Amino acid sequence: MRKRFWVLTAALAGSGCGGPFPQSALHPHSDFARASDVLFTDIFWWAAAVFVVVEALLVVALIRFHHREGRPAPTPTHGHTLMEIAWTLAPAVILVFVAVPTVRTIFATAGGAPADAVKVQVIGHQWWWEFKYPDLALTTANEMHVPVGKPVRVAITSADVIHSFWVPPLGGKRDAIPGQTNYIAFQAESVGDYSGQCAEFCGASHANMRLRVVVESDSEFGRWATVQLAGPAAPTPRTAAERGKAVFARSACIGCHTIQGVSPGVIGPNLTHVGGRTTIASGLFPNDSAHLARWIADAPSLKPGALMTRMQPPLTDADIAALVAYLQSLK
Amino acid sequence: MKSWLTTTDHKRIGLLYFFTAFAFFLIGGIEALVIRAQLAQPNGHLVTAETYNQLFTMHGTTMVFLALMPLSASFFNYIVPLQIGARDVAFPRLNAFSYWVFLLGGLFLNASWFVGPLFHAGVLNVAPDGGWFGYANLTERQFSPGPNIDFWLLGLQILGISSLAAGFNFIVTILNLRAPGMRMMRVPAFTWMTLVTQFLVITAFPVITVALAFLMFDRFFGTHFYVSQAGATPILWQHLFWLFGHPEVYILILPAMGIVSEVLPTFARKPLFGYTVVVYSGILIGFMGWGVWSHHMFSVGLGPIADSVFSATTMLIAVPTGVKIFNWIATLWGGDIRGTTALHFAVGFIAMFIIGGLSGVTHASPPADLQQTDTYYVVAHIHYVLFGGTIMGLFAGIYYWWPKMTGRLLSEALGKWHFWLQFVGMNLAFFPMHLIGLLGMPRRIYTYSPELGVSDLNLLSTLGAFLIALSILVFVVNIVRTRRRGQRAGNDPWGGATLEWSIPSPPPVYNFSVIPTVANRLPRWKTEHHEPMRDPPATPPAPIHVAGGSWWPMLAALGLPILALAPLTHTLWLAFVGVAVLLGGIYLWAFEPFEV
Repeated sequence: MRKRFWVLTAALAGSGCGGPFPQSALHPHSDFARASDVLFTDIFWWAAAVFVVVEALLVVALIRFHHREGRPAPTPTHGHTLMEIAWTLAPAVILVFVAVPTVRTIFATAGGAPADAVKVQVIGHQWWWEFKYPDLALTTANEMHVPVGKPVRVAITSADVIHSFWVPPLGGKRDAIPGQTNYIAFQAESVGDYSGQCAEFCGASHANMRLRVVVESDSEFGRWATVQLAGPAAPTPRTAAERGKAVFARSACIGCHTIQGVSPGVIGPNLTHVGGRTTIASGLFPNDSAHLARWIADAPSLKPGALMTRMQPPLTDADIAALVAYLQSLK
Repeated sequence: MKSWLTTTDHKRIGLLYFFTAFAFFLIGGIEALVIRAQLAQPNGHLVTAETYNQLFTMHGTTMVFLALMPLSASFFNYIVPLQIGARDVAFPRLNAFSYWVFLLGGLFLNASWFVGPLFHAGVLNVAPDGGWFGYANLTERQFSPGPNIDFWLLGLQILGISSLAAGFNFIVTILNLRAPGMRMMRVPAFTWMTLVTQFLVITAFPVITVALAFLMFDRFFGTHFYVSQAGATPILWQHLFWLFGHPEVYILILPAMGIVSEVLPTFARKPLFGYTVVVYSGILIGFMGWGVWSHHMFSVGLGPIADSVFSATTMLIAVPTGVKIFNWIATLWGGDIRGTTALHFAVGFIAMFIIGGLSGVTHASPPADLQQTDTYYVVAHIHYVLFGGTIMGLFAGIYYWWPKMTGRLLSEALGKWHFWLQFVGMNLAFFPMHLIGLLGMPRRIYTYSPELGVSDLNLLSTLGAFLIALSILVFVVNIVRTRRRGQRAGNDPWGGATLEWSIPSPPPVYNFSVIPTVANRLPRWKTEHHEPMRDPPATPPAPIHVAGGSWWPMLAALGLPILALAPLTHTLWLAFVGVAVLLGGIYLWAFEPFEV
């Protein structure tokens, strides 16, 4: 028992100074996450106190009343009404101390936000995230940008099965349910790149449905939004990127992906500014040529069940290289 | 051989339940080991995503429905009639029917691992893969077109029939077959918890049956019970599933609590402290277990009022649970404690269940739970409750009653090895999961990124899992060794207070040569109020009629998997064959000559 406690303390201490833990609920970076963390810490110490008292009673009973030769037979006690009342009331009283702040926090974190909050709509798909900013009329995927220190209201829903939107440093999860919209609200406390992932089992690639939230200064957020709102960069003539645009336009890509002014597909992520994202495949791989090429050639081998199947007939290596150049040019 | 196939003897059926459930326990354990091997390091690739999803689905389904519930059932069968002084259960042939349905349902579910080729898929391709909780609408035909979910829902429907039949049987048995003088408040705690469990079974299983019937209609006949595009909501499934699922948690834990309430008094040589309170808190838990289901759904967005109410009811249920723990400690207090293996496991149950209960309080609080639900933190919680709790409790029961069931004592030395390996193994396997979850690792993922910083903790957890496997191996060696070389038990190796210890081990087919008359709660003990009872004579003073066996319960049971094959293979005539076998079996059973 003592050993377990020691392990816990050591591990918690280790988690404070060890790795960066980008997805930790123990390192809150928003008011919402902090509220949950404060409540959890509060309950944790109550639980730890109860744990120590009850386990100690158990251990003392075992040691003190262990069988010894010559000890007279135990008195056959059958119960004690006052003690029963005492140990019914004691936990009940402790639970009041847990329940009151719980209810207070439930209502404080119910997803309400001021009217001028930045609004983001999250749509879960098997297995990627779509982000829409209705006030800005822009759409992106897998990497959400929000300004630091400003209230953000996230409306969460799903296009297919149930997912759950979870970015632990910024707050607790909410399910993305088809036909229903759930809300969370938070105000990020510090700039940074936070990671999250789908928390509700949603099929073959549930493990591969990750996301990033980039919290940045107000001006940087404004710059990002301006870039996103602009049309796609036109590839320089007579480069691989221009050939890539032609390959994109004549291939099945256009059926699923939107590139403003090029294609209207809505089944897969919007690629208008895909070159500006740091990751591809819903946070699975860095956005570099090697990974993009592998992804375009055979997505299901990298993400089981992915709807983007291998092209028939397969794209040539030259076509893929051109596509990679084109997509990377879409900053 | 024939006598085992046709047996209606509750003791033999109890042993059949034990060995079948233990085999499924080993299968579920192997599934767990593959899962842990996959997660031993980040970006693991021992198995594919699809195989992993089948593994965790079958691990959960197997452990809940094919291992823990039927392991408890083996004690209901073997011990309850002995504790109440009965010759058998109320409906012996229905009891045999329950067992055969359970066996066939378990085989039906597990057949899904191998029969892929019959469905134009590979082996290890068509086992259930939607999680043991099978959330709609992922389980709809649109998103799960293969036969995987069909195996799951049809298998669970079959198993539900087994549980329901057994539930009614044991309720009638406990209420009607008690020995003269055994008033309800003289019934041993284990039998009391069995009774509460059976009431939960007969009320909770119809709910999952309805939920599964809706799903079956959606998948086979194109209805839209869980389809949001048609105006329904997949959340309906979650309400129905957890309305069953939370009482199910108590179906799994109450029998173990009953076992602990038997083992502690015997080895502390002291009556159960606060018997009445322990019994009533068990009943109270049974009732309150119905009012907390939405705490599995705090992330669904039910609104702050619903979240607050379910949070409060959930915290409230900690009170009767805490009361039980205090009474157990008070039972030990002032006793003369003999540290047998059974006592080790019973105390292990209390020590581990406290941790599971306390982590339960942390997710009774919705804002805290939103960071915990669907992460490894909850995996840690359920394993402290169901492994540290139920399995520890069941092993306490096994070491306690094995001599009664087989006539030989399990080795205490091997038993202690088993206990300590399992105790260290489970804490190594499950304690780090608390941190893994809080550091951001969701559950049910076949792979994780090294960036999360949880790789070392996962490796530790995997080591613990293999240590548990080693402990189970020691237990298997213990059983095998005991069969040949175990010390003979005699009627009562422990000095127990209840009726099962008044008869030979294993008991004769008629159990009691003379049905005892019970005058108090601890018939075989001397207390300040009474002397111990006299054990029944070794040979019956008058001939006792013992029923012969019957083939028909097994035949009737066989009809159910055949019936289930009909929708699975889209073959109408199989449905008629299944119904014919079922009805034929019931007909022959009903008109079987009374005297054999």
